[in-house]
Amino acid sequence: MSTKVYDCLKAIGEKIIENKDFLTDLDREIGDADHGVNMARGFQSVIEKVSQDDPDIGAALKKTGMTLLSTVGGASGPLYGTAYMEAAKALAGKETLSAEDLKTAFELAIAGIQKRGKAEKGEKTMLDAFIPAYDAYSEKIAGGASLSDALDAACAAASEGVEFTKTIAATKGRASYLGDRSIGHQDPGATSLTMTLEVIRDFLKG
Amino acid sequence: MVGIVIVSHSYKIAEGIKDLTDQVANGHKGIVAAGGMEDKSIGTDAVRISEAIKQADEGDGVVILADLGSGIMSAETAIELLDGEGIDVRLADAPVVEGAITAAVTAACGSNIDQVIAAAEQTRTVKKIN
Repeated sequence: MSTKVYDCLKAIGEKIIENKDFLTDLDREIGDADHGVNMARGFQSVIEKVSQDDPDIGAALKKTGMTLLSTVGGASGPLYGTAYMEAAKALAGKETLSAEDLKTAFELAIAGIQKRGKAEKGEKTMLDAFIPAYDAYSEKIAGGASLSDALDAACAAASEGVEFTKTIAATKGRASYLGDRSIGHQDPGATSLTMTLEVIRDFLKG
Repeated sequence: MVGIVIVSHSYKIAEGIKDLTDQVANGHKGIVAAGGMEDKSIGTDAVRISEAIKQADEGDGVVILADLGSGIMSAETAIELLDGEGIDVRLADAPVVEGAITAAVTAACGSNIDQVIAAAEQTRTVKKIN
């Protein structure tokens, strides 16, 4: 029998793999047409390499991060790899997840992505989905909302963030070479990040 | 000697630069190429780079030359993966070919890591055509 954390990571992987062509097409518009292919390859390895039996959430996320570092190949490797490894620090030794744990995990993941990518909100990156999602989630939790409601708010904010990336020019990564010509296209990283949050939400709602 | 790690998205580029550095820094055993992915496809792999750093380290520190984009991010990630290993490893802000050759020659002359980094970074401003 597999553990819940494994099942959740597998569900994230399946979502990414299912959307491989969609993510790659988004990246073809403004990047180097490899986001979906790279992420799908990375998560195929995650599905194969992460232990199905170890209930330690932190250990599973750390293994996910290390696997993405060595199998993705493009910029999403160090970015998502760092995000998962940083989130793992908040969840080391834990077999269940509280709303507060998840908040800390999101916080560390965002800080990790910022450190790695040297990016801020408003640069047409995955942070444009993740930071508003975190803000919405934190606000809901602080107001006493349930984990499920808070995750709904996070996903709605992340989707709005993806829409927002269509309105701005990229200043980070390969898309920045296009300057204003990147306006009108949604960011592939913000899109895959939103998919990830949606799977986590659906999974935790069970 | 200060170790040198060469990072590129391309396995062939990193290996090719290593061939060049071996030519100009004959006898330096701590020059390691970490280009591409494990299967030699295009990309960068922070875990492979961290293993290359360990291999290049002779106790005098290691200087990394990386190409661009995720090459830099993967190199920085590799350095963090080695936290606590006690290796003085630094990423040079320099063009990968010119930087690697200059770093290799400087290291092979017995210079310390500060000198190797400085020599590599100087290549950014060297004019090629006068």
